[in-house]
Amino acid sequence: MYYSQVLLRQPGLWTCLSKRLPPLTVHRTRSYHAASILPSLVSPSSPDFQARAKAMDQVVADLDEKLAAAREGGGTKAAERMRSKGKKLPRERLALLLDPHSPFLELSPLAAHEVYPGEFLPGAGIITGIGRISGRECVVVVNDATVKGGSYYPLTVKKHLRAQEIAREHGLPCVYVVESGGAALPHQANVFPDKEHFGRIFYNMAQMSALGIPQIAIVHGISVAGGAYVPAMADENIIVREQGRIFLAGPPLVKAATGEDVDEETLGGGLMHSSESGVTDHLARDDEHAIAIARGIVSDLGYAGGREVAPSVVPEDPLYSAAELHGIVGTDLRQQFDIREVIARVVDGSRFREFKKEYGQTIVTGFAHVHGFPVGIIANNGILFSPSALKATHFIQLCSQRQIPLLFLVNVTGYMVGSKAEKGGIAKDGAKMVRAVACVDVPKLTVIVGGSFGAGNYGMAGRAYSPRFLWMWPNAKVSVMGSGQLSQVMQSVSRDPSQHASLKAEIEAQSSSLFATARLWDDGIIKPTETRDVVGLGLALAARQRGCTRLSHPSGLSGVTWDGEGRGFGVYRM
Amino acid sequence: MISSRTSATAGARVISRAIPRSNVVRFSTTSSHRVFNACQPAAGSSRKLLKNLESPLRVRGFATTSEPLDFPARKPHFDKILIANRGEIACRVIRTAKRLGIRTVAVYSEVDADSLHVKMADEAFCIGPAQSSESYLRIDKIIEVCHRSGAQAVHPGYGFLSENANFAEQLDKEGITFIGPPASAITSMGSKSESKTIMTNAGVPCIPGYHGTNQDPEHLLSEAQKIGFPVLIKAVHGGGGKGMRTVHSPSSFLDALESAQREALKGFGNATVLVEKFIERPRHVEVQVFADSAGNTVSLWERDCSVQRRNQKIIEEAPAPGLSSELRTDLGAKAAAAAKAVNYVGAGTVEFIFDIDTDMFFFMEMNTRLQVEHPVTEMITGLDLVEWQLEVAAGNSLPLSQSEIPMVGHAFEARIYAENPRNDFLPDSGRLLHLAAPTPTHVFAPPAAAASRYVAPAIRVEQGFGAGAQIGVFYDPMIAKLVVHGADRTEALRTLRAALEEYQVVGVTTNIPFLRALASHPAFIAARVETGFIPKYRDQLLPPLTEPPPELLAQAALFLILRDLQQQLPSTPGAGATTTPWTRLAARRFGGDVHTRTFSLETEAGSTASLTILTHPRPAANGGGLIYDITVQQSTNTTSTGATTEFRDVSATLLSPTVLSATLAGALKRATIVPQTQVHGAAGAERLHIFSGAHAVTVLLRPPAWAAAEEALSADARSVAGRGALRAPMPSLVVEVRVAVGERVEKGQVVVVLESMKTETVLRAPVDGIVKAVGCAKGEMVEEGKELVGIEENEENQGSGN
Repeated sequence: MYYSQVLLRQPGLWTCLSKRLPPLTVHRTRSYHAASILPSLVSPSSPDFQARAKAMDQVVADLDEKLAAAREGGGTKAAERMRSKGKKLPRERLALLLDPHSPFLELSPLAAHEVYPGEFLPGAGIITGIGRISGRECVVVVNDATVKGGSYYPLTVKKHLRAQEIAREHGLPCVYVVESGGAALPHQANVFPDKEHFGRIFYNMAQMSALGIPQIAIVHGISVAGGAYVPAMADENIIVREQGRIFLAGPPLVKAATGEDVDEETLGGGLMHSSESGVTDHLARDDEHAIAIARGIVSDLGYAGGREVAPSVVPEDPLYSAAELHGIVGTDLRQQFDIREVIARVVDGSRFREFKKEYGQTIVTGFAHVHGFPVGIIANNGILFSPSALKATHFIQLCSQRQIPLLFLVNVTGYMVGSKAEKGGIAKDGAKMVRAVACVDVPKLTVIVGGSFGAGNYGMAGRAYSPRFLWMWPNAKVSVMGSGQLSQVMQSVSRDPSQHASLKAEIEAQSSSLFATARLWDDGIIKPTETRDVVGLGLALAARQRGCTRLSHPSGLSGVTWDGEGRGFGVYRM
Repeated sequence: MISSRTSATAGARVISRAIPRSNVVRFSTTSSHRVFNACQPAAGSSRKLLKNLESPLRVRGFATTSEPLDFPARKPHFDKILIANRGEIACRVIRTAKRLGIRTVAVYSEVDADSLHVKMADEAFCIGPAQSSESYLRIDKIIEVCHRSGAQAVHPGYGFLSENANFAEQLDKEGITFIGPPASAITSMGSKSESKTIMTNAGVPCIPGYHGTNQDPEHLLSEAQKIGFPVLIKAVHGGGGKGMRTVHSPSSFLDALESAQREALKGFGNATVLVEKFIERPRHVEVQVFADSAGNTVSLWERDCSVQRRNQKIIEEAPAPGLSSELRTDLGAKAAAAAKAVNYVGAGTVEFIFDIDTDMFFFMEMNTRLQVEHPVTEMITGLDLVEWQLEVAAGNSLPLSQSEIPMVGHAFEARIYAENPRNDFLPDSGRLLHLAAPTPTHVFAPPAAAASRYVAPAIRVEQGFGAGAQIGVFYDPMIAKLVVHGADRTEALRTLRAALEEYQVVGVTTNIPFLRALASHPAFIAARVETGFIPKYRDQLLPPLTEPPPELLAQAALFLILRDLQQQLPSTPGAGATTTPWTRLAARRFGGDVHTRTFSLETEAGSTASLTILTHPRPAANGGGLIYDITVQQSTNTTSTGATTEFRDVSATLLSPTVLSATLAGALKRATIVPQTQVHGAAGAERLHIFSGAHAVTVLLRPPAWAAAEEALSADARSVAGRGALRAPMPSLVVEVRVAVGERVEKGQVVVVLESMKTETVLRAPVDGIVKAVGCAKGEMVEEGKELVGIEENEENQGSGN
């Protein structure tokens, strides 16, 4: 505080020094004018509000129920089986691994929800997320052995890869809590061969290691075939004795292939790997011990682990209750609401310095702070017209110039159609916005609070535009167009009326947030009331200082191609 | 406590300046109430000050001007005195000396350098190593310090040299005043048989018995038969229960005699015993007497110290309950006669054995010192006995005559000991990690004059140690004395119970829970005291350990959680507020996970409890913050599946690093929780001492299984020779090392002798083998867990042993 005050009195000195100062030491006080505080015009006692709140309460309760079911993993029977072997359950391992009382940002907990017919695969059999270990944020990937023995279904692979992508983009160390039988063989065609399949896991591990992002594995149980490569590819690993097992082929396969008769412990037990093969580095007594060792490893990552950066201003709670978001937004996407009411419940002190307020009013742009981190917000207040697209493009350039991360609050039906709009060059102006979103060199966060339809999805940083995170509210919908419009379009091109109704229902179901999250089109459904905190965590991750200077080169992150770029090979297991 | 003491001292200084000399002169010239009253307005301003000053003697001075006290002849106090003691009694003496403007000199042993008495005294001198025989009992060193410091007198306190006639004589030779009786009186009273002869001659009733020199067993048996069984065999030079036997029939007499003699010879170097009538239901009643060199002797009333353990007092009261005024007068007169018979000077205590069944009392012995329990007498008389001692030692007359000595209300003293009542009251030793005493209302006894119409409950805490002090390794394991005063016995006892509930000691096992049970026992409340009280009601006083209520366990878990939270969150809202949400959003889970923590606690009663705590945010509308759902699963040894208790929506805060406030089942509860990590404990193992309301419970936070296993391994690795390692079981002094490196030892052979808590401990070789290392030397002070000797086990044994 004192430091910055001195500097602020000498503006010249400030600018020349500020570049060299680590952001940690700069505590600015807010310089906003009081006028930037957003007013709230909602009346929570109105019947409309109450009806919307009730509807949203319902979908949130439904979400809670599904999350609670997914949390149970493969069920009590499987859990008991693990416990009887002296093992900790996957979520118990997770809790022990994370610092006590630290937050955990879980990713896609409802992955694979009702995706594989007749198969219950809660969370796709894997728990991923970002949490603190020994005071350092890490990506954690936990195989859930209560679900199909922790084997990899196509969506399991996708969820694993997505966690690695987040780790790579943020420079976060990875801790793999391994107990998996490898690829789910019946699904091998959709698990094994393609670019974004099983092999990519190890490709990512190797490259992250080379990029200076530590890779740590704990082997709690079986880690066979392809799975054996997770610990083998890790920079440092731990195995639980008489429990963890690593081999390329299990005893039956060995018997079949070579006729050798060998038990699991001899073939790939912890003692053998720690004392003879050198496949593992640390031998643990039990799950808890292994996790304690892993926590010790993370505390010794040095600069490779990166470090957090404190926000530049003191965080402030919003002035209005986040609980009111339910009654403001509701679940009926046709009902318009002022997105500023949402912003007012997300940003620090409900302060929002709006940019081009009177121009292109169907999009709202402006600067705010969330949990003390600066952010540029682009939010929808209706259909995108040419001026709206131009305004958003202008604002993205401002944020790019100022290196301020972008937050997209999405509720868009798309860009305006019709001859007037076409004549006005909406395609050209929309393209400007899409181009700006695609190329802006600041981190992007996307929260879909309502609809995300058509090209609006692109302009508002949809999944294809690689936001650092993309979250959906439980009421949100994603599809190429609204189901009503879609069925009208279908009617005009197809003459079979019986198909229209079923198609409408199908589109309706496929656009739901649940459908989207089950397929990893997002990073999870979040509750409206959690938006501020989740975005805050995301911004904090985006602000982190990377552990490795080599990562400061932007191309090191994009990974369009990998030709080595002089970064070596990461850590070889010797 | 310190602050109140300082203000009292400051007050004393003000007074001495505020009272003009002329006033004092006026006192000396006045001999009637009328004249005194006439001068009252002039003295008014200083009286106000005197009220604040807890100086019973001076207050008394006003009220007793009618007596012909010889003020002009009054000799001045000493300018500087030396206190040849330590602990609470040294502090006690220093406080009075300071109040009187007397400079104080402390002596201390090497281990007492940081002691309270050293800090309180104006000067302090180290007089040698820890062992008493090398420090506090060294007459030559104390005299040397007297000369170096210029101390004119020595206060011996109690214990150590307080009843050492030789010490008194030596001081006399050096021209230093011994604040105590003449050496001759000490000698006379030091021998039990001699004292009884003197008493019998002086008309003081003595217990029927044989005190002769004929120690022939058959003769003693015939004497015993004359007295009539049951009889008591006692070592003439004994004390503290050693060399003492009760015999109920002639047939067991000779065996008991032999063992008593053997013990006496070992303990006191003299096997001479006496045989006495044994009283079945005795009380221990003692009279505080005071005598001056002019031959005045008064009784400051009696104390009852019947309730004892291991023949040592733990709770004392004054006056003795249930005594008629005639009996009291008689007791006092006999006690005064006893003192006169040995030309006693100063403070002394005449102990009587009081037969409940006959109301008869017999002289037991006279203690020629200020007793531990003197504060109860101070409380009912409103006097400062140390001040009287100084007054008498300075050569002045007793400040009051017998008829002027007040007796107001009732007082108790409870001695807080580092000992384990559940282990036969054996002393404990260790460092005081945490010490919280009830807030004292008084430093000295409240003046009796002020209490003539109304007695306000009063609490005094006589403490000699602060937190951090080592207790019981070299010296007496008494931590403090809790003294209370009330209008009557019931009131005083209630104050005592409440004060004991507030007393918190961590680091050593104490008798506080036992004292509470004692003070709450119906028979004690009904004043049915007798020396056999504790054995008689032992089962009720030491009930089986009960399981701590689930609330207490929940509080322990909340403490652990909040302590961790506090370490993670910025402590001050201003400076560290710009932390990332990864720090600020404590215990928050996004995306379906739930923050849970599990603790496994072990209770003293031997059961275990598993606590699962769910942490979730409270809605901002209800004030935000975190709330906890706690599930307590208790399982005892007998039942494998115990009770499950749930506390939902618990909110909790730490008011200080050790004070927890939590809302459990709708009730706001406060607890003090003091954590204690083990010296050689496994990672994560910790003791939690919980004080909540009437509960004082210790639980052990169990370490994870792996940590316990690792600790066992590293303990082996730490030791020189695995199983053959001998460690100090407690902080102690190495008295003797009986082996050298390379020596062959047999299993069971004595290897090292330690001394701790005034007791010798013998460490024996755990295995046959060869001494590989000796990690201690004679005279060395060793910490608990230190490896003293490493023995490599013989190989052939190792083979079979495994």
